[in-house]
Amino acid sequence: MNAIYDFSILTAWIHQWLSGLMEPTAVMITEMVIIGTILILFVAAMGLVLVLAERKVAAFFQLRLGPNRVGPWGILQTLADFLKLLTKELITTKSADKFLYNLAPFIVMITPFLALGVIPFAPGLQIMDLNIGVFFITAVSSMGVLGILIGGWASNNKYSLIGGMRSAAMVVSYELSVTLAIMTMVILTGTLSMSEIVNSQADGWWIIKGHIPALIAFIIYLIASTAETNRGPFDLAEAESELTAGFHTEYGGIKFAFFFLSEFVNMLIVSSIATVIFFGGWMPFHLPFEWATGFNHIMDFIPGIVWGFGKVTFIIFLMMWFRWTFPRLRIDQILNLEWKYLLPMNLINFLLMSLIALTGFYL
Amino acid sequence: MNSIIKYLKGISQGLNTLWSGMKVTGYYFFNARKEIITVQYPDNKDTLKIPERFRGRVIMVHDQNNEHACNGCTMCEMACPNGSIKVITDKVLDPNTGKSVRIIDQHVYYFSMCTLCNLCVQACPSDALAMDGSYENAVFNREELTFVLNLPGSKIRDNVKD
Amino acid sequence: MQAELISKEGTQEYFVNMGPQHPSTHGVLRLLLTLDGEIIRKVEPHIGYVHRSIEKMAEFDTYKQIVHLTDRLDYLSAHMNNEAVALLVENALQIEVSDRVKVIRTIMNELTRLGSHQLWWGVIGMDMGAITTFLYAFRDRELINDIMEETTGARLTMNYNTPGGLMFDLHHNFQKQVKDYLKFFKTKLPEYDQLLSGNVIFTERTKGVGKLSLADAISYGVTGPSGRASGFSCDVRKTQPYSAYDRVKFNEILMVEGDSFARYQSRVNEMWESISIIEQLIDNIPEGPIMAPMKAVVKLPKGEFYQRVETARGEFGVYVVSDGNKTPYRVKFRSPGFSNLSVLDHISRGHKIADLVAIMSTLDLVIPDIDR
Repeated sequence: MNAIYDFSILTAWIHQWLSGLMEPTAVMITEMVIIGTILILFVAAMGLVLVLAERKVAAFFQLRLGPNRVGPWGILQTLADFLKLLTKELITTKSADKFLYNLAPFIVMITPFLALGVIPFAPGLQIMDLNIGVFFITAVSSMGVLGILIGGWASNNKYSLIGGMRSAAMVVSYELSVTLAIMTMVILTGTLSMSEIVNSQADGWWIIKGHIPALIAFIIYLIASTAETNRGPFDLAEAESELTAGFHTEYGGIKFAFFFLSEFVNMLIVSSIATVIFFGGWMPFHLPFEWATGFNHIMDFIPGIVWGFGKVTFIIFLMMWFRWTFPRLRIDQILNLEWKYLLPMNLINFLLMSLIALTGFYL
Repeated sequence: MNSIIKYLKGISQGLNTLWSGMKVTGYYFFNARKEIITVQYPDNKDTLKIPERFRGRVIMVHDQNNEHACNGCTMCEMACPNGSIKVITDKVLDPNTGKSVRIIDQHVYYFSMCTLCNLCVQACPSDALAMDGSYENAVFNREELTFVLNLPGSKIRDNVKD
Repeated sequence: MQAELISKEGTQEYFVNMGPQHPSTHGVLRLLLTLDGEIIRKVEPHIGYVHRSIEKMAEFDTYKQIVHLTDRLDYLSAHMNNEAVALLVENALQIEVSDRVKVIRTIMNELTRLGSHQLWWGVIGMDMGAITTFLYAFRDRELINDIMEETTGARLTMNYNTPGGLMFDLHHNFQKQVKDYLKFFKTKLPEYDQLLSGNVIFTERTKGVGKLSLADAISYGVTGPSGRASGFSCDVRKTQPYSAYDRVKFNEILMVEGDSFARYQSRVNEMWESISIIEQLIDNIPEGPIMAPMKAVVKLPKGEFYQRVETARGEFGVYVVSDGNKTPYRVKFRSPGFSNLSVLDHISRGHKIADLVAIMSTLDLVIPDIDR
């Protein structure tokens, strides 16, 4: 691995520099503030970029040009939209439950921040390397639905309520598939730490090393996580043609923007998890064979951050492709898909993977 | 066993149909450059081709001498289904013959009521009216939608058939 | 009232106003839904939000002027509506229009039908959540509109038919354009199947949803592709051929299932039939006058007249009571959308909200057609 691309050198240098200036407690607090600021900026920037990307991708799928007026190729379009949403009046409907109504957007926004904390994007570019990272992420990511449910209920609008309920029913069932698909891979890695999972793929990604069960697990994860982020064919909670805007019908201005942004950041997170677990995170593309050493060396020259974000972009593109191709499912079909198809397949897959792990059949 | 095969077959068939849909959209995504169909409207105004029959709004045809062919017979007014044409006629003495002749004073056209049905143009016996290809007809004030079709100072062309 | 709403399971029913402003009612239709959770117990359509009293207005217009009002009923089959009035006057006065007029009218009808079905296909995709279909459908429909625009001068409210013939002759580009278009569209129509018809999500959403039996289709008067999907052979083009429909070969698409998917299929298949009808006629448009000799003022003899045509949505009828004047005494339009809407409550009970959207889309409602 090329050391020049390692971010831990940079972070260690900053730590040393700060330690020379102040005492350890102050250093910790300063570092936390820096990281917090970076995280907020990162989420905001990613939100803007992803919204623009979604609009552009959707446009190309639909034979359109997409935003192209604000700035070159419309790259400032989302910034302009964001400013517009920011300056809009915040409306609270009369019969809404004021406290919960205002709380809901923050709950959906907090979840992605928590989840982003343990994801390694590049060597050393990880806020906290928890030894139970995978467990933490699955625990945290299911919290977002609380915000949707609260928002749908507190709006005191029947459409919102139906949307919130649909979302709750969906996330409760799909959480199972997401976790089981991840667990299938954890059997192979034998660790819950995100960085160790990445390191275990230095000689090849799990999706290649893990044979067909890994591929099945990836497909199941992709479907289930699309459902969990309320996107694509599973956007029942919004269901524009049925429920106008679903759970955020009554939200406007920046509160709506929070819901909107959280959808995109959640998409980033589920793609990052998929990247880490199935595609080796920031690990370059390596083949686990003797004869491929030269090829592996060439791959090492591409920085880890490019690999990391490249794979994330690819999975996000896949999810956008789904969204702009497929019709929406009905609520009972969604639950059928989970309980009659994904869950049994997942359990069998789990068993197969255990066999593979026991026999050491993986590469 | 049979049911398991059926189950797996269903899954593979389902995935297959999904993939065939993704192939279509994927083709358009990766060939977006040549397949894009939208036009950039205000930018392409110069190259925009309006068909000659396009019904934009009613005009009265004037030639270079500022002469039109309307003799005020009010056929268009009668043909109009929603009363968007009002012909105000006048009588003048023809200096050559000494007889009193009907001419139009104002050919008033209420564009706000017009449904662009082309009946007035069809009804006109002397082809004085026509449809032009204008398409940006929005205005801020309702009064601006009332036009007088005969230009100021215009007069009837000679030998217009009645 | 409250006691009635509580069902056996102890759940309470509630009302939801779907519309007048709602993305899937395609206009200003208001549906008062009685829901039990997500399950529909009752649908009560409230119409009249775009009522323009066209029938009353027609009483003050001459027969030539009525034609342009019919553009504004079902704006997606404007040409067929125009033709109904034109045919009524021609039949009442026993005017024989030339073959050229008949053939042109038929071609135009089928082009309009294609355009209407394309729009419907795009919209059903959008209602189901696949927004991309909408743009694909519009790509194909725009080209039809361009052809129309070149010949008739308008894209939507064509007003091309007039009692006794046509307003203009064909544009000299027309035949070439139509042939080019059909060649293009034949390559695109299979994509429709790949995107929606075959899609497992779409078939799951529509199969068995909103089943309409043959008896109900007949008793509610559901016509057009929706009625034919239930096996109701109601194609006016077959039963009472008008214009040039008696000289072309085409199949009446009949299905037996009567569910939303059958309604979908019958429309997609009808597009193929329309293509074949146009192809049979486009190469041999006979020469002839585009206008039969007519009196300047059209006066219908005293009596009652009825003329029906097959629009993209079903049987469109014009009923005129004449007292011998130049304006009719009474006009009634039998619009297909109204009858098709009336069946909505019957077939959507017990389904989910998402199914209601599918049912409404496959009934292909155009609100100005319902309200008139």
